[in-house]
Amino acid sequence: MQPQLMMSSSFSVLRVGISFVMMCIFYMSAVDSLPELSPQKFFSTLQPGKATLAYFCQADFPSTSVFLEELNEADKPLQDYGISVTKVNCVTKETSRYCGSEKNLMKAYLFRGHILLREFPTDTLFNVDAIVAHVLFALLFNEVKYITTLGDLQNTENALKGKANIAFSYVRAIGTPEHRAVMEAAFVYGTTYQFVLTTEIALLQSIGTEDIEYAHLYFFHCKPVLDLTQQCRRTLMEQSLTTLNIHRFIKTMEAPLLTEVAEDPQQVSTVHLQLGLPLVFIVSQQATYEADRTTAEWVAWRLLGKAGVLLLLRDSLEVDFPKNANVVFKRAEEGVPVEFLVLSNIDLIVSRVESNMHIEEMHEDEDNDIEGPDMDIQDDEVAETVYRDRKRQLPLELTVELTEETFNATVTASDSIVLFYAGWQAVSMAFLQSYIDVAIKLKGTSTMLLTRVNCADWSHVCAKQNVTEFPVVKMYKEGENPVSYAGMLGTEDLLKFIQLNRISCPVNITSVQEAEEYLSGKLHKDLVSYSSVSVLGLFSPTMTTAKEEFTEAGNYLKGCVITGIYSEEDVLTLSNKYAVTLPALLLARHKEGKIESISLANVHAQEIVQIITNASLEIFPEITVENLPTYLRLQKPLLILFSDGSINPQHKKAILMLLKEKHLDSLTPCWLNLKNTPVGRGILQAYFDTLPPLPLLAVVNLHSGGQVFAFPSDQAITERNLLLWLKKLEAGLESHIKILPAQKWKPPLPAYDFLSMMDATTSQHPTRKVPECIKETDVKENDKEQPEDKSAIRNEPTGTLRTKHWNRSNWFEEAKKQFRHDNKEL
Amino acid sequence: MGLSAAALLWGLPGLLLTIALHPALSPCPAQASVPAHRDYCVLGAGPAGLQMAYFLQRAGRDYAVFERAPGPGSFFTRYPRHGKLISINKRYTGKANAEFNLRHDWNSLLSHDPRLLFRHYSNAYFPDAGDMVRYLGDFADRLGLHVLYNTTIAHVTLNKDQRAWNGHYFILTDQKGQAYQCSVLLVATGLSVPNQVDFPGSEYVDGYESMSVDPKDFVGQNVLILGRGNSAFETAENILGVTNFIHMLSRSRVRLSWATHYVGDLRAINNGLLDTYQLKSLDGLLESDLTDLAIVKDHEGKFHVTLKFFLEEGNRSADAVPLPQDDNDNFALRVAYDRVIRCLGWNFDFSIFSKSLRLSAGGELSKKYPLVKASYESKGSRGLFVLGTASHSVDYRKSAGGFIHGFRYTVRAVHRLLEQRHHGVTWPSTEHPITQLASAIIRRVNEASGLYQMFSVLADVVLLEENATAFEYLEEFPMQALAQLETITGRRARHGLFVINMEYGRNFSGPDKDVFFHDRSVGHTEDAWLSNFLHPVIYYYRHLPTEQEVRFRPAGWPLPRPTAIHHIVEDFLTDWTAPVGHILPLRRFLENCLDTDLRSFYAGYPLLSSVQRTSVEQ
Repeated sequence: MQPQLMMSSSFSVLRVGISFVMMCIFYMSAVDSLPELSPQKFFSTLQPGKATLAYFCQADFPSTSVFLEELNEADKPLQDYGISVTKVNCVTKETSRYCGSEKNLMKAYLFRGHILLREFPTDTLFNVDAIVAHVLFALLFNEVKYITTLGDLQNTENALKGKANIAFSYVRAIGTPEHRAVMEAAFVYGTTYQFVLTTEIALLQSIGTEDIEYAHLYFFHCKPVLDLTQQCRRTLMEQSLTTLNIHRFIKTMEAPLLTEVAEDPQQVSTVHLQLGLPLVFIVSQQATYEADRTTAEWVAWRLLGKAGVLLLLRDSLEVDFPKNANVVFKRAEEGVPVEFLVLSNIDLIVSRVESNMHIEEMHEDEDNDIEGPDMDIQDDEVAETVYRDRKRQLPLELTVELTEETFNATVTASDSIVLFYAGWQAVSMAFLQSYIDVAIKLKGTSTMLLTRVNCADWSHVCAKQNVTEFPVVKMYKEGENPVSYAGMLGTEDLLKFIQLNRISCPVNITSVQEAEEYLSGKLHKDLVSYSSVSVLGLFSPTMTTAKEEFTEAGNYLKGCVITGIYSEEDVLTLSNKYAVTLPALLLARHKEGKIESISLANVHAQEIVQIITNASLEIFPEITVENLPTYLRLQKPLLILFSDGSINPQHKKAILMLLKEKHLDSLTPCWLNLKNTPVGRGILQAYFDTLPPLPLLAVVNLHSGGQVFAFPSDQAITERNLLLWLKKLEAGLESHIKILPAQKWKPPLPAYDFLSMMDATTSQHPTRKVPECIKETDVKENDKEQPEDKSAIRNEPTGTLRTKHWNRSNWFEEAKKQFRHDNKEL
Repeated sequence: MGLSAAALLWGLPGLLLTIALHPALSPCPAQASVPAHRDYCVLGAGPAGLQMAYFLQRAGRDYAVFERAPGPGSFFTRYPRHGKLISINKRYTGKANAEFNLRHDWNSLLSHDPRLLFRHYSNAYFPDAGDMVRYLGDFADRLGLHVLYNTTIAHVTLNKDQRAWNGHYFILTDQKGQAYQCSVLLVATGLSVPNQVDFPGSEYVDGYESMSVDPKDFVGQNVLILGRGNSAFETAENILGVTNFIHMLSRSRVRLSWATHYVGDLRAINNGLLDTYQLKSLDGLLESDLTDLAIVKDHEGKFHVTLKFFLEEGNRSADAVPLPQDDNDNFALRVAYDRVIRCLGWNFDFSIFSKSLRLSAGGELSKKYPLVKASYESKGSRGLFVLGTASHSVDYRKSAGGFIHGFRYTVRAVHRLLEQRHHGVTWPSTEHPITQLASAIIRRVNEASGLYQMFSVLADVVLLEENATAFEYLEEFPMQALAQLETITGRRARHGLFVINMEYGRNFSGPDKDVFFHDRSVGHTEDAWLSNFLHPVIYYYRHLPTEQEVRFRPAGWPLPRPTAIHHIVEDFLTDWTAPVGHILPLRRFLENCLDTDLRSFYAGYPLLSSVQRTSVEQ
């Protein structure tokens, strides 16, 4: 829709006022929307400087009706250019010379004010395109130079060198749709560029175009040419000549040839993306900057009008991406991840863009837009990166590959971690990388053997171990049942799981002194960094059921939290010290150096697990990619403090105070360090349209409503201010800055509809046998009929499977397109 | 007699007395004693019988196998007559996946014991029939299967009884008059009766089962072979080098296995004669209906082919019979033959089954097989199942159900059905979250041997749970019985299902098809539905199809019209793991059927998206 908006905003530039008048003697229903005036009245309404197209007609000649229909249709587009259209009814014996005699009555006249600019025989105005083209052509006499020889072209070119650029176009004839498109573009851009038009094939041939069957448009880059002997560089527009394409083409000519960026390519946006063109980033490093820039300029010239070219300075880049990638390709479609490519020469880059353009062109072809989106685009980011890295060699030798023959012997001979994966599955392969990272970190320090089984080869081994999906990690320890890993598929969590499994939880503590060491973190010095809390269950020796429940919970939490148990005779020493009644839990938070106590009377294992899990959450965590899901699980609105770098201690203090006073019980307070979690910028951008100054506090109600509230940036983040703001928020006195759309997890793209393709080849539809299929088809057809007649011409959409949901959204797309279409004609 | 047999069996003379005193166990032929009861009786210790015995044994069921020969697989001790099996023994595939390797192992039975793979028994690509006998013997011994050898079941009847599982018992009587009472009867007797066409002069014809296999016996002879199957060509192949010429005569045109994709049609290994025919080396093929024929013997002992029609007119004295060449002097079969050999295949032996079992012959195209339902249960009596080669009416000339590499899977399907029906053991399945759906399908289509061998007969089924958040995966269900899925498997299909099948292209296979035509394979994912070679096809149904829908499905479709269908594009390597070519379109299909997003994300994405979205991932 962008192009149309640009277009209308540019009307004021030309300020052309024109009216178009017609004369008609008899009334016709088809043209009832045109103003009908008497000659006298007509001339009195003409305003100075305004253009009017007038058609003078007489009642005795009904054969003008076809022309009138066309004229009627041209009324609206012409009005958009500030040109009024009128028909003037000549009464018999009218004195005006425009009424003319029978012979020349078939004429329309173009006036600017009272001045007659041009008269048109109606046969030159054969349809809407011709009317618009001719009228604009007459009005833009200065802006559009009509030439017939090569000499004319060279003169124009020479005259404009160093001054202005030229839009040179060839159309087969005046009054064609292409001509209209050029004139419409000239109406908008005529003051910025010199438009040159020809209908001479010879002229086109002389500048070296072979394929002269179609209309052409060249952009001559004359402005930068200072040496008069030098030729202006030319760029051929490769798309068909439509108003939209020309607009898009010129927009890209206006855009800077090459832009330098040092941001995450995913976040970068230029005018190209808005125009539906892809972006090509040439990756550059300080050391090779000069050479890279030259290459990038080359590429930019080659891709001018087809893609935006940027130079990506990777040294100052915060996001990491594949080391060997030298080109980043970003499609115009939203939500498609950028592609990291290794391309050895410029031609490859160009062909990459051009192969992509093929799809683009289908998209922009408005009247024939039955092609759905490109379904072969890999929109699964995991699959995409795994495919991209498929040639990268992993140091697999750090883990032992097991086979049907070696599996049992290995897992019984030593404590082992086994990764069950499938070589063809993307998630498996992505996780294999993390697994290797774990192996690297544990190298030489662990007694645990890291192994892997490719279930694509050894399906029987995996089936015997009850592995039916991938990836699965299991820990095999002598004398114990294998334990499945249930954490996130990442290095950190897996490492934590392996490390914490080194001790058998709950740990049996035998003396008060040992218990104190345990609580202070000294007992498991090397492990406490993996467990945010150490849990100690205190029981008197007789509390057997309570001990069993706790032991069960401890077993369950093995690998997540360190748990210990103390139930010696002198347990009262501890319970008195920490002021709890038995049975009880002591929670040592090592980071904060605090010990909390919780009573455990009549609590079952499951509840104990819940208590410990909740307790192991931080009260004011730094949100990261890894821990977010854990905190979202609490189902409370998030109070997020966005901070560029580490958190201001004052702010932290304020929030901790509020927490302590229980003002934040209904929220999950957290903070986000944009340095550690750059994706936070994207979030901020989604909440605030422009990036606000940091630090910044927001309440995001993800679980109901999706409102985002921002703490006023002119207030200091103090305990008092915050509390007041939260009170107002609670009272409903604050208004949200944004409501996040309620998005469901829907299919990102349609699928091939093979069923209709098959139907299309057989004359009889076997459909009739299954009633609900008929329904489905009907739904589809009804949907298709919604947007006026145009869709009727469209081919049957056999290409894609649209189940009910897709139908709906498809209908929406159709409606949008229609809207766009209407807009264009405005 | 009976006593001494028992003595041999039990060995201890002390026991002899006990047995003698125990009338119930005394196998005395004269008395109609209380028959021994078995829950499952298997007729025949060929590959199918042993395969069923294996599953029954593993499940701990009460069963017995009855075999008239002294060892298993007696068919292979005589046949094929020239001793060479045409089932492929592919020992190397370049893959370690044992399940995948079964796709190219046509001889092994299914078991948990990797030593019982046929590749350990023969190095030959087309193995020797003797190796099969040895293999089957080991299979029965090693697994300790209960087989009663030297027991010829002479008669099978039905005995109505309210207490029986199926309302009746099957009463089997062996050659000694011993009776066995069975709750379920599993017939795996194969095809044992040579097919004989009755025409005047058929008495002059040598049968495949008794003809000489020594080429010396055919030196310098004119030979006419009746039949157009593998046994006919195998016979021709054997004597091709020593005869004057061989003519082959059959009703229908030759069906080449590589054109029909049916392993029962003429295999390339046997078609040497086609080569000599088309290269003008005197051998030849002719088509005619055998029932119209007559063969007459002249005074020199040579045989002439004539028409039955001519014989009916006059008397039968040899030289006087009119011959077609009398009127039509270029009649193709006008020469005199030294030998006529019949190689017309086999029929099922219906003779031992009493009428009460209502075991009838299959349809027009498969008269040689007993009629069974898609679940391999006889249409006539509940509890009677036909297994193995005899069960081929289900997929005759379509899939591999008549051959070891096919029926080993259909036997397993029958066993799973029985476990559910009589022991409440539901059809085995695995349960997964919906995010694993594409992976579960991709895994199976890439390794499953049952789907691959029994294409378009056995199919995997995915049963969706409510709201499609999870699914159950069932393997190798007989797809024609889809409407009865709930009763057969004991699982519920209330929220929609997917059926995963393997198919050849609609118009690709057939006796007259040129399977080497240009552009015979497609490479683009959007053309996947035009794939010709075997490729996975996934059907999506919102509701379980009814029996009516399955029966009146569109012509040429293996299943009723689904809500949506997906073809995974054919692959030259039958490796459907390409991320963009195979997995991505499948994921899109599943997503659009389920109206959900099945992509996987890195942890970074949920942060961005979930903080932007009001609803968080399932």
